Amino acid sequence: MTDLTVKLGLNVFKPLPAPHIKIKAGMERDPRLKAAVRGCPAGLYSVSETGEFVLTIDGCLECGTCRIACGTEVLEWGYPEGGAGVQFRFG
Amino acid sequence: MEKFDVIVVGAGLAGLAAAYTLAGEGVEVVVLERGDYPGSKNVSGGRIYVNPVRDLFPGLWDEAPLERAIVREGATLMARNRSFTFHYTGSELRTSPPQSYSVLRSRFDRWFSERVEERGAMLLPKTLVSDVIRENGKIAGVIAAGDELRADVVIACDGALSLIPEKAGLRAPGRPHDNAIGVKELIQLDPNLINERFNVADGEGAAHLFVGDVTKGLFGGGFLYTNRGSVSLGLVVSIEDIAKEEAAGDIPALFEAFKARPEIEPLLRGGKTLEYGAHVIPEGGYRSLCPLVGDGILVAGDSAGFALNLGFTVRGMEYALASGHFAAKAVVQAKAAGRFDAATLSAYQNLLEESFVLHDFKTFQETPRVLSNPHLFGHYPELAGNILRDLYSVPAGPKVPIFTTLRRHLTLSQLWTLLKDAKEVMKI
Repeated sequence: MTDLTVKLGLNVFKPLPAPHIKIKAGMERDPRLKAAVRGCPAGLYSVSETGEFVLTIDGCLECGTCRIACGTEVLEWGYPEGGAGVQFRFG
Repeated sequence: MEKFDVIVVGAGLAGLAAAYTLAGEGVEVVVLERGDYPGSKNVSGGRIYVNPVRDLFPGLWDEAPLERAIVREGATLMARNRSFTFHYTGSELRTSPPQSYSVLRSRFDRWFSERVEERGAMLLPKTLVSDVIRENGKIAGVIAAGDELRADVVIACDGALSLIPEKAGLRAPGRPHDNAIGVKELIQLDPNLINERFNVADGEGAAHLFVGDVTKGLFGGGFLYTNRGSVSLGLVVSIEDIAKEEAAGDIPALFEAFKARPEIEPLLRGGKTLEYGAHVIPEGGYRSLCPLVGDGILVAGDSAGFALNLGFTVRGMEYALASGHFAAKAVVQAKAAGRFDAATLSAYQNLLEESFVLHDFKTFQETPRVLSNPHLFGHYPELAGNILRDLYSVPAGPKVPIFTTLRRHLTLSQLWTLLKDAKEVMKI
C-alpha cells in the first residue's frame, strides 16, 4: 500500500452508490485530464498502459479540483448523494 | 409540495450564519446539507479572525468550540536547501478577547448548527441539492434528493465550487486561474508537546505560513496551525499552476516533501495523522466574485468567492459568516416589502458594500495579481537563503567583506527586478 492509500484509509468514507464523477465517454484520451493526474490530492487519476486516463472514485475527497482543472467538457461532475462519501470528523 | 420562506443550501459558516440570523428574526428557514452532519464536508485551514464578526453574533463566541487563541505568528521563506524564518508576537495578541483562533470546522459547524436549531431553524442533513427550480425567470426553490422544495428565496451557500449559482445561471464554472487546491493533514499531538515546541501556554497557539520551495515555485504556500491536541498542516497550490507545470510533480508528493522538510518534521515527531482532507479555495478576489443577487436567489460564503489571501493573512470564514448574516438581513427586508426580485434583494449587495466584506475585497482587488508574481515563490526565497548562507558561513580561509557578499547577490539587474516588484507590491 502506498503512503497515500494509508492516509486515505484514515478518513471516514461511506459507500458511494454510484460514481459521482466520470470521465465522459470518448474523452478518455483528452489531454486536459493530465491536470487531474497532478492535481488530485487523493491520486485517483492515472494513465493506463493503453494511454487512456482512468479515474477510480474510491477515496474521493470531493474537493472539486478536477472539475476546475479539467472542466465540465471532459468530466461529468457531481457530488455524491446525501450522506454518502467522505465524512470529515475534524475538517 | 413543501413551501418555506427561505431555503439555505449548505450548512457551512455562511449557510448557518444566514439561518441563525433568519431564525432569530422569526423567519421560517430550512438548511439543506449533503453531509451526515454540518461540517462533515467542510475543510478549512483552520484559522478564524473574530473581530470583524464579533458583534454580528453577540454571545455566540463565549461558548464556541474554538481551539487555541493565536498569540504567535510566523513566516518562513523556504529555499531548496535552506530557509529564513521570522516570528512575531505582541501584547495585543494576548489581550482578551483574542483576535484569532485556530478552529476545526467539523466540530465548530456542528456546534453552530445546534445553536441554529435552538433558534427554530430546520436542518436537513444527508440531503443533496441537485438543481434549482426556475419559474418565470425567477428561482422558486430547489430539487433536493429528488423532491421539489419551494421558497420565496434560496440562499446559495454551497461552497467553493458554487454549483447552485451555476445552475441558476448566475455564473460559469470556476476557472483554474481563480482557484487553488488546499490539502491538509490533521496530526494528533500531545498538548504539552505543542506548548513546548511552539513556545505557547495552554489555550494559546501558533500560526505559521511557508512560502517558496514548498510549492516548487508555484503560487501557493504551506500553513501550520496548532489546535488543542493536534496540528493542522496544509499546503495550498494554484490549480492553474499545478495543471501546467509538470516539473513540480503532483499534489500528494508536494505535500509529503513539505512534511519531510527539516523545518517541519521535528515539530510533528511523535504525532499521529488522524485525517487527510482537501478542498478548492477561491483565490481570485474581487474580480472573480460571483454575482451576489438574482431573482429569488442570494449567494454567500465561498460560493460567492469570499476568500481573501493577503499573504500574511488568509481569510474566508469571517466573510462567510458576515455574508450569510447580511443575506439574511436582506431577506428580512424583502419579506417586509413582500417582493423577492433581484432589485429588492440587492439590499444584500448594499449591506455588503457598507460592511468590511466588500470594503476589503475592493481595497485588496489588486492583491491576487500582485501576489501571483512567480518571483515570490522561487526567486526571493532562494535569494534570501543564499545571502544568509554567506553571511553565516565561516570559511577555512579569510572571509570576504560583508558588502562584497551582498553585492554578489544584489547585482544591478537584481536590484532593478526588486524595484519593479516592490512597485507592484505598493499596490497591495
